[in-house]
Amino acid sequence: MEPIHSTGCGCNKTDSSLRVGTKNIHMAKGTFAGLLGFALWYLIYKQLEPFSYFFSYSLLGLERGSHLGEAIQFFVYDTPKVMMLLTLIVFVIGMIRSFFTQERTRKYLAGKRETAGNVMAALLGIVTPFCSCSAVPLFLGFVQAGVPLGVTFSFLIAAPMVNEIALVLLYGLLGWKIAAIYLGTGLLIAVIAGWVIGRFKLEHWIEDWVQEMRAGEAIVVEQKLTWAGRVERGREAVRDIVGKVWIYVVAGIGVGALIHGYVPEDFMASIMGKDAWWSVPAAVVVGIPMYSNAAGIVPVVEALLGKGAALGTVLAFMMSVIALSLPEMVILRKVLKPKLIVVFITVVSTGILFTGYLFNLVI
Amino acid sequence: MEIKVCGPGCAACEQAQEVVEAAVAAKGIGASITKVSDFQEMAQLGIFSTPAVVINGEVKCVGRAPKQVEVEEWIR
Repeated sequence: MEPIHSTGCGCNKTDSSLRVGTKNIHMAKGTFAGLLGFALWYLIYKQLEPFSYFFSYSLLGLERGSHLGEAIQFFVYDTPKVMMLLTLIVFVIGMIRSFFTQERTRKYLAGKRETAGNVMAALLGIVTPFCSCSAVPLFLGFVQAGVPLGVTFSFLIAAPMVNEIALVLLYGLLGWKIAAIYLGTGLLIAVIAGWVIGRFKLEHWIEDWVQEMRAGEAIVVEQKLTWAGRVERGREAVRDIVGKVWIYVVAGIGVGALIHGYVPEDFMASIMGKDAWWSVPAAVVVGIPMYSNAAGIVPVVEALLGKGAALGTVLAFMMSVIALSLPEMVILRKVLKPKLIVVFITVVSTGILFTGYLFNLVI
Repeated sequence: MEIKVCGPGCAACEQAQEVVEAAVAAKGIGASITKVSDFQEMAQLGIFSTPAVVINGEVKCVGRAPKQVEVEEWIR
């Protein structure tokens, strides 16, 4: 790296440009290391599929097409593939998220009117860092800043439903079309459901103490971040999220591998196929109390689709698992009266049902 | 010194609590550390994203778990 350093300084004589030069070299070094890392990542990623065949059929000597062989090959291929995709995505998103703090989102939405506000809130819901346990303070902050109730709900629906990890995994495992469908319908449900809740004028179904809340100005402690700081945020996100999520992923792929190897072709067509009209509502109802990480549900989805399950039904199941979770409802109960929670669940599951039927009809 | 760690009790909030305790222990300062998990109390402090750390009534960080070196800097 030294030669680059000296050429950089050699052409800049004055003090100020010297400083700029050094900064640029740090940037260049960082970018170079990033590109090198990505190239290496890509090379390994491309070897995963041939390796899984080699491992299952040559090394272990399993028979091609046998139940066990198929299951093992699926597991050996998908586990490193999903983990590698996950690491890359979480890193990039960790960096992107350092630009979008909850404070900024709140300030931005406070001045927005409904409709445009619903769309804005749904989009911000994807990129703003958010976990279900910070739903309540976030809700209070929105109410206090004067964000309309419907707009707040668009955010609260989009944030868990359009999960960026699920989105990129769908892209990696099932192709861009299904990823685009998931993104589009998720956003649409969040916008429409929020708008509908706004029309109902349900402000009086917020808990009384929240309505009477006379808190002072929201305190904002902005942190100045450099690029190195943002890269560090990306690393932290990988340590944090991948460290927590890997177990769900391995379990999800395990279930997926069993389905892939042992469930007969077209078996799913009878219970999760297009012709079974009741399968969409059943998928939603089964999905509500289930809580799985988005990263864990995608391998299961991949295996179900491979066995003849209809796309709409599977999509409805996935959205219901990710977007409506019991723990989140329990937490929201602290600020919302039960009636409003019922409305929330009803509106969102209606949206998901509609999506399920629509895709079974169209595709 | 009075330190408040605000958070409903998720992983990030537990982490903030541990970091604050470690920093206080490392600096050998006598400080009372209280955990605030009531949302109403947080709202009154002006905190709308968690975890948050409040030292002697001053909000030091909101919406993330601080690093130990940061906390050590704040409590010096």
